[in-house]
Amino acid sequence: MNTSPNAVEVAPGTHWIGALDPSLRDFDIILKTANGTTYNSYCVRGDKGVAIIDTVKASHADEFFTRLEQVARYDEISTIVLNHLEPDHSGALPELMRRAPQAKLYISAKAQLMLKALVKTDDLRFNVVETGDRVELGGRTLHFFSTPFLHWPDTQCTLVEEQGILFSGDVFGCHFCDPRLFNDKVGDFRFSFEYYYQHIMRPFREHVLEALELLEPLELKTIAPAHGPILRDAPRSYLQRYKQLAAPLLHNEVGANDKSLLVFYISSYGNTAQMAQAVAEGAETEDGVRVSLYDLQASGGLPFVDLIEEADGIAIGSPTINGDAVKPVWDLLSSLAVIKVRDKLGASFGSYGWSGEAINMIEDRLRGLKLRVPVKGVRAKLIPNEEEMQRCRDLGKQLAQHLTGNLQRRVISMSELLSQES
Amino acid sequence: MPKANVTFEKLGVTISVPAGTRLIEISEKVGASITYGCREGECGTCIMKIVSGMEHMSERSVLEDKVLQENMAGSSHRLACQAQVLGGDIVVKA
Repeated sequence: MNTSPNAVEVAPGTHWIGALDPSLRDFDIILKTANGTTYNSYCVRGDKGVAIIDTVKASHADEFFTRLEQVARYDEISTIVLNHLEPDHSGALPELMRRAPQAKLYISAKAQLMLKALVKTDDLRFNVVETGDRVELGGRTLHFFSTPFLHWPDTQCTLVEEQGILFSGDVFGCHFCDPRLFNDKVGDFRFSFEYYYQHIMRPFREHVLEALELLEPLELKTIAPAHGPILRDAPRSYLQRYKQLAAPLLHNEVGANDKSLLVFYISSYGNTAQMAQAVAEGAETEDGVRVSLYDLQASGGLPFVDLIEEADGIAIGSPTINGDAVKPVWDLLSSLAVIKVRDKLGASFGSYGWSGEAINMIEDRLRGLKLRVPVKGVRAKLIPNEEEMQRCRDLGKQLAQHLTGNLQRRVISMSELLSQES
Repeated sequence: MPKANVTFEKLGVTISVPAGTRLIEISEKVGASITYGCREGECGTCIMKIVSGMEHMSERSVLEDKVLQENMAGSSHRLACQAQVLGGDIVVKA
């Protein structure tokens, strides 16, 4: 395979000038890479100017500048576009700006604060662009599209209109290093494409769907992402795959108006299990709510993430052991970063022997994940009595009413609120 | 003592509080899903959207204004740890 540091033509006058990082095995702590990654940047030459689209990680700047110098002089560079400011794409920016001080920098509105945090200079000039804004290079037109939260607030895509090349940033990217660069030449990278989506884009699927609406009407000949293969063969199939991945899983199973409440529990002596049963029973008395009951002991946690992604609410039951909720509960709660859980309904309950801290700890974690926790959890000392079981049924019913919107609006005083706390 | 009614839209609950109460005091007790950082108006962690009733809130201090601007928050946002409710009906998105 050719690993020489040459710029690679993507289309007439448009070159890949990125860097290969074949030895990388862990990306950003959270991702594994089996053969490394690439930091893709591109050079677009027009009659009146040259644009550089994204840069590379600082450690790979030499490779980037070597390739850049093969296709452009620094004094020719009129335009620098950063589609995304994470350090693996902005690392070489300060040096590029130093070498091409005349170049105008184009970023999204939400990138401004990040840019200031990354490029520490008092004399920082840049232009903010949004969907519909264009930059003319002479025979080549850069057209910007705001695609926020894919996967940072700042992300955008840039189209070369005349060539149908979409520089998509991290969208449609993956960590896969192959110097043959193009999707019709490289090895089988499909798993990397899926893995990248699942770990990077999945929490933002609503934004994925919004971006697809913006990008689907475009006549795309090539998608040139910021990591991994350049997608020149069947580029639209990658849009379609994103659409499938971002679509809800269960929409055929649950009625359009039904709400889904998942009750998870784990139990040492069956007491928290009994409480879980009561929460589920209480919730089932409300029409329009589909209730599911799961024992966390039966799972390592992962399959439940898919369920939670589709659910409207979760209630988690845990015993308190040595002043804490038990590990399978924390395993589940620590695995939710890859999905969107904001504004889902959350609740907690459980049996305890001494002090019962687990319930508040779980509630705090749910709030930290930005779930709504409107109903105070139920604690029972050892074997729940009938009054405590009834409180579990009431908890389930109230959760169900929150989901259906059938809850009576309450006005309570601050002193009443404070007394509930104690 | 003058009262204010603060409605937490997502939680579906309205709290009647004495005028002068800071939003953070209420939202913490009611269990709203806001995370709190410094509690001193510097970190911007507790930014909260005011759906209606901004006219019943205390004026922004210079510090709050600066932190909100730095976080690119719009005119309908406040820091829960700084903003006080002064009376009337206020609806927050939490």
